[in-house]
Amino acid sequence: MNAIEIIGLKKIYPGSPEIRAVDGIDLEVRRGEIFGLLGPNGAGKTTTVGVCTTRTRPSAGEVRIVGIDVVKQPARVKRNIGVVTQFNTLDRACTVWENLYLHCRFFAMGAREARARTDELLKTFRLSERAGASVYALSGGMAQRLQLARAIAHRPHVLFLDEPTAGLDPQSRLALWELVNELRRSGVTVLLTTHYMEEADELCDRVAIIDHGKILVIDSPEALKRSLGVGAVVELTLDHSSEELAAQFRQLGGVSSVEAMPNGLRVFASGSDGAVPRVVEVALPYGLRNLAVTEPTLETVFIHLTGRDLRE
Amino acid sequence: MSEQALEIGPSIYLRAFGGLMLRDVRVLAHTLGEFIGRTVTQPLLFVFVFAYLFPKIGQGISGGSTGVSFGTILVPGLVAVSAVFNGISTVALPLAIEFGATKEIEDRAMSPLPVWAVGAEKIVFGAIQSLLSALVVFPLVYLIPATPVDVHVHNWLLLIVVVALACLTSGALGLTLGCLVRPDQIGLMFGLLVIPLSFLGCIYYPWAALGPVRWLQILVLVNPLVYLSEGMRAALTPVLPHMATVAYLGASIAIALFLVVFGLNRFVRRVVS
Repeated sequence: MNAIEIIGLKKIYPGSPEIRAVDGIDLEVRRGEIFGLLGPNGAGKTTTVGVCTTRTRPSAGEVRIVGIDVVKQPARVKRNIGVVTQFNTLDRACTVWENLYLHCRFFAMGAREARARTDELLKTFRLSERAGASVYALSGGMAQRLQLARAIAHRPHVLFLDEPTAGLDPQSRLALWELVNELRRSGVTVLLTTHYMEEADELCDRVAIIDHGKILVIDSPEALKRSLGVGAVVELTLDHSSEELAAQFRQLGGVSSVEAMPNGLRVFASGSDGAVPRVVEVALPYGLRNLAVTEPTLETVFIHLTGRDLRE
Repeated sequence: MSEQALEIGPSIYLRAFGGLMLRDVRVLAHTLGEFIGRTVTQPLLFVFVFAYLFPKIGQGISGGSTGVSFGTILVPGLVAVSAVFNGISTVALPLAIEFGATKEIEDRAMSPLPVWAVGAEKIVFGAIQSLLSALVVFPLVYLIPATPVDVHVHNWLLLIVVVALACLTSGALGLTLGCLVRPDQIGLMFGLLVIPLSFLGCIYYPWAALGPVRWLQILVLVNPLVYLSEGMRAALTPVLPHMATVAYLGASIAIALFLVVFGLNRFVRRVVS
C-alpha cells in the first residue's frame, strides 16, 4: 500500500474566471519516501496538500492516505498524519511545553505518556531550555522546529510539510533540513512542498515538478537533472559577449544550448567528453574574465520544462 | 513503523475532546484574573450605580409601578446578560483572531475528531465559562444594592433549565460570531450587536413593563436575551410580571438549537474549504 495515492485530483474555485488550482493530478508516494512537490507560488502545491490533509474538498478525483479516503473518513486520516504549514500556528495562549503536551492529549495520549513524549521531543529538537517560555519568545527557526516536533508528536504515518522553510534564515533552514533527514530513519513518509530547488534537491528521494495545477514530470532529482543531457553548466563572464560567439558555441560538439547572461553567456555542455575545455578555448579571444562550472540543478530542469524561472 | 493505519473510535474521540477541553481549562487558568475582571466589572458598576448609589443620593429610578426595588428587577437580568455575553468574550473574540489572524486553530482542527466536534467543544467550554460567570455575578448583585432585594429561588428546576439554556445560547452565539466576524470587525460587533442586545434585552425592566411602548415590546422579541431574562425573572423574582412559561422556554430552546446548528455549520465551513 502506498502512503499517498492521488487519482485525477481537481480543485476548481468557481467564479469568473474560475480558478483551476489543481487541474488533474495523479501521484503515488511510497512508504518511507521523502517526496517533494516543487513549483512556483500558485502552482497548486498548497491546494494539493490541503486536500490530502482533509482541509480542502476536492472538486473531482480521489485521494487516499495510507489507504484511507480523505473525503469519506477525514477524522481517520487526521489520526494518521502530521502537518506543518508555512505559517506559525503555535498556540499563543500556551507555553512551548504546553503546545507539545496538549497536542499529545488531542491525539488521545494519557497524561503520563504525553509528558514523557513532550520531554523527549523538547530534547530532540533542542528546545528543552525554552520549555516554560511563551511561544512569542521563540525565533522563527525555533518556532518552526517546535511546529515540526508537534507535527510528529503523535507518531503519524505521513507528514506534510508545506513550505516549511519559507521565511527562515539560511542557518535555520539547514537545521530544519537536518531534522527532516533524521526523520527518514523513523520510517515516516514525508510530502514536502517547496519553491526552493536546493531544498527539494537536498531532501527528496523523488520530486514532482508542478506548474499551473498540473504535474510536468516526476522522478528522482538526479534522474531529472540527467534527463537534460547536460553534465555541466558553464557560466562565462566576458568582455565582448556576442551572438557570433554564441553561434560558435552551438557548433561545438557536446554543447546542447547557450543562453545570454548580463555579463556573458551560459553554456549547457555534456560533462564527459572534453566539451568544457573546448568552450574555454573558444571563449579566450573574447576577453574571458571569469568562469564557473556547475552541475545542472532542479532549477535548470524547471527552466527547461517551462521556459520560466521558478521565482517568476 | 508499522504498516497498519492508526485506528479511531469512540474512545479516541472522547479523549481527543477531553484534550481540547483540557487546553481551554489551562488557558482559562492562565487568565483567571482577566476572566474575573471582565465578568465582574459591568454588573458590578450597574448594581453599584443603579441599586446602591441612586437610592443613596435620592436619584429617581425605581421599579416603576411594580412596587419592588430596582435591585430586584436588575438581579435576574444581570445574571442572564453576564452569562450570555460571556460567550462573546471568551469564545467569539479568541476564535475570530485564531481564524482570521494567527491561524492558531489549525492544530486543534487537525485533531482526530470530526470537524464539527471541534466546534462543539467550543460551545461546551463557552457554556461552562458562562455558568462560572453567572455564579460570580449572582452574589454580587444580591449583596450590593442599598434597598432590599427580593430574590429567592422559587423553582430550582426552572432556574437550572433557564441557566442551562442561557449557557448553551452563550457558547453557540460565541461560536457563530467567532466564525462570522473578522478580527478587524470586533469593535463593530460590540457597538452594533452587544450593546443593542443588552440595552433592549429586558435586563433593566420586565418585558410586560414595555406595554406602553407597544412597538418596542414587539420589536424586542427578536432578541434572544429577552426570553432568558424573563426566564430568570420567573425563576428568581416571580413577584415581577413575566412572560408565560411556554413562551420564554419555547423561544429560548428554539433559539439555542438554531444557534448550535448554525454555529457548527459555520465552523465546519471555515475549517474545510
